[in-house]
Amino acid sequence: MFGTYLRRELVNRRKQTVIISIGMALAIGLVILVNSISAGVQGAQASVLQSVYGVGTDITISQAAVAPTAGAAPGAFAFGSGSGATAGGTTTLNQSTLTTSRTETVFDATQLDTVSATSGVSAATATLSLTNMTFSGQLPSQATGTSGTTGGAGGAVGGQAGSSTTQTAPTGGPDGAGGSSFSVDNFTVLGLDPTGASVGPLSAVTLASGRLLTAADVGTDNAVLDSSYATSASLATGGTISIGGTTFTIVGTVSSSGSDSVTASDVYIPLDVAQTLSSNVGKISNIYVTASSSSGVDQLATSLKSALPTATVSTQADLASTVSGSLSTASSLVSNLGTWLSILVLAAAFLIAILFTISGVTRRTREFGTLKAVGWSNRRIVSQVAGESVVQGLIGGAIGIVVGLVGVLVVNIIAPTLSGSAAATSAATGPGGGGAGGGFGAAAKAVASTTVTLQAPVTLGIILIAVGLAVLGGLLAGAIGGWRAARLRPAEALRSVG
Amino acid sequence: MYELKNVTKTYNASKRKITALDSVNLSIPDGQMVAIQGPTGGGKSTLLQMLGALDRPTSGEVQLGSSMLSKLGDGKLAAIRAKEVGFVFQGFNLIPTLTALENVETALAPLGVSGAERRQRSQDALASVGLSERFGHLPAELSGGQQQRVAIARALVKRPDVLLADEPTGALDEDTRDEIMELLESFWRDQGLTLIIVTHDSAVARRAERRLHIKGGKVTELAAQPA
Ligand SMILES: Nc1ncnc2c1ncn2[C@@H]1O[C@H](COP(=O)(O)OP(=O)(O)OP(=O)(O)O)[C@@H](O)[C@H]1O
Ligand SMILES: [Mg+2]
Repeated sequence: MFGTYLRRELVNRRKQTVIISIGMALAIGLVILVNSISAGVQGAQASVLQSVYGVGTDITISQAAVAPTAGAAPGAFAFGSGSGATAGGTTTLNQSTLTTSRTETVFDATQLDTVSATSGVSAATATLSLTNMTFSGQLPSQATGTSGTTGGAGGAVGGQAGSSTTQTAPTGGPDGAGGSSFSVDNFTVLGLDPTGASVGPLSAVTLASGRLLTAADVGTDNAVLDSSYATSASLATGGTISIGGTTFTIVGTVSSSGSDSVTASDVYIPLDVAQTLSSNVGKISNIYVTASSSSGVDQLATSLKSALPTATVSTQADLASTVSGSLSTASSLVSNLGTWLSILVLAAAFLIAILFTISGVTRRTREFGTLKAVGWSNRRIVSQVAGESVVQGLIGGAIGIVVGLVGVLVVNIIAPTLSGSAAATSAATGPGGGGAGGGFGAAAKAVASTTVTLQAPVTLGIILIAVGLAVLGGLLAGAIGGWRAARLRPAEALRSVG
Repeated sequence: MYELKNVTKTYNASKRKITALDSVNLSIPDGQMVAIQGPTGGGKSTLLQMLGALDRPTSGEVQLGSSMLSKLGDGKLAAIRAKEVGFVFQGFNLIPTLTALENVETALAPLGVSGAERRQRSQDALASVGLSERFGHLPAELSGGQQQRVAIARALVKRPDVLLADEPTGALDEDTRDEIMELLESFWRDQGLTLIIVTHDSAVARRAERRLHIKGGKVTELAAQPA
């Protein structure tokens, strides 16, 4: 009887069934879509972080930047009187320095041992982040053009404007008019342990040509270049590159998955060589840690913080909050607008189901009164009403799942691209950081950005949640409608005109 | 056997207190056919509700057989309605979405009768009211007389002790009225039912063994008219 009556009601009161089901379907579809997109955005965030911080990196350790002292200003060129080759009033200079990146602070390499010894660490590797600055160009010689009397000598060779007037125009220099021509070339250099590539920067790259650094490269002047840097600098595998005045052999090029990740560098060289060349023996700037269990990351971060009190210890979760760009816009859009919209539509759908069920019960007052007169108990009537609502909810849920899946499919077909930037956690801009030499726009990449395609996944969990919500909505409407039906006194119900 | 003692029913309708039944004392032996007449608003339907275990009196006692209806809870009253009382209403009160057969089956659902037996008994009941051809019809597809036949089949399929009919012919034309009355009387005669019919129609009332008049909640006995 229950089934027959239920079926007849749903079929013969089609309008009510359709309205309740459609309301529920929209809500369920939206919940699925929002959930799925939200999962997709999270996935995109994770992949941004991965390209930025390297595959398998659970925790990064750096040292908060301190204001450099004047004397230790990095990147300062020291041009002594003997520097360069002076010819014809023009001094040609070509000097390169390898210094610590301004955004990084070096710390003692022994901290790596402390990290490796901490329980819960599966792998740890240290890097030294450096910037190579090459100053090349021509300057007018010191004496040239400073007085008219001596101008003739230089002018005769270096320029056509030389004359013996007292008020001599400045001469010398590459333009012969006392001007100078020079360029400053920057590239980033990352010293890393060539033996361990399971964690850290080189774990996120793919080999483009040649080979990667291996254990045999320890102590050698071999370098691996980022392929896009190599192209822009017209360098190739087999060639050489001058780093800090030392000539390195280019043994390979790599392309990093993130276009400009923090860990991606223009040049990779063995850590020990980097330390020696930059006068940072025994120093490192970053440690990359893989935890032995993904659930133990937070616990591990806590123990690392107490083991290294001065260090900045960041987990992926900390890093996730640093992701910005359209990805973070999408993320906040999904988590704010999407969630609220789902809740709103869900509430509206529930309300529609409840109101229509109540109005249905009111309309059927005499029907329920008759059934009570026939001997139906309240329980039987309540379960009948609740059954109808739950089935309406389930129909809505089923349609909603289809609607949601179609929505997800559309998103995946459109596959919107999102760009995400992750500010390096070590990029602390200390008060002295900007003013203390270094100069020439040598700011290291503090922000790494990458582009990811949004893929919205659908999990069984999301489907189950959707079905659960549909049943919940039906039960809620059914319970309220059933309660109203049960409250009807049979005598009154029979009196009602209908 | 009905035994009513000092049955009073009052309603509180918009500040006014309405006494629908006023200290009614009544006894109806099993198998009697009783007609209840009276002006509109006199309390006929209210009395029928007391007899049919649909409602409890404000005060007084209503007893059906060994059950004190005025003291039972909702669940017990529902069980008594399911087993012992059949109702027929003026407006037929069929479930509009169910077929004729399914409407009859609703009466057997609370008795826990199995599906097959339920169907068989309902078909027999419909056949006994002359609707063998109409099992699958919805109420809207039936005439008034046919709908009332379905309602009678629904009331009788449980084989109740009492059949309560509230103006069963009130919505029907004269010919159909006679058919329905003949049908009810034949069941009363054949099955030993107690048949209580509320009616405005003297022609209907004349066929009863006993006639009651109710006005302002007071019941008076009318002398049986010679047939
Ligand atoms: N639920 C109720 N609430 C308020 N007043 C009610 C209610 N039910 C009945 N009444 C009142 O009780 C009185 C008796 O009503 P009842 O329906 O028993 O009369 P009736 O004799 O059946 O009339 P009719 O011939 O019109 O059917 C009337 O005055 C009616 O208005
Ligand atoms: Mg009445």
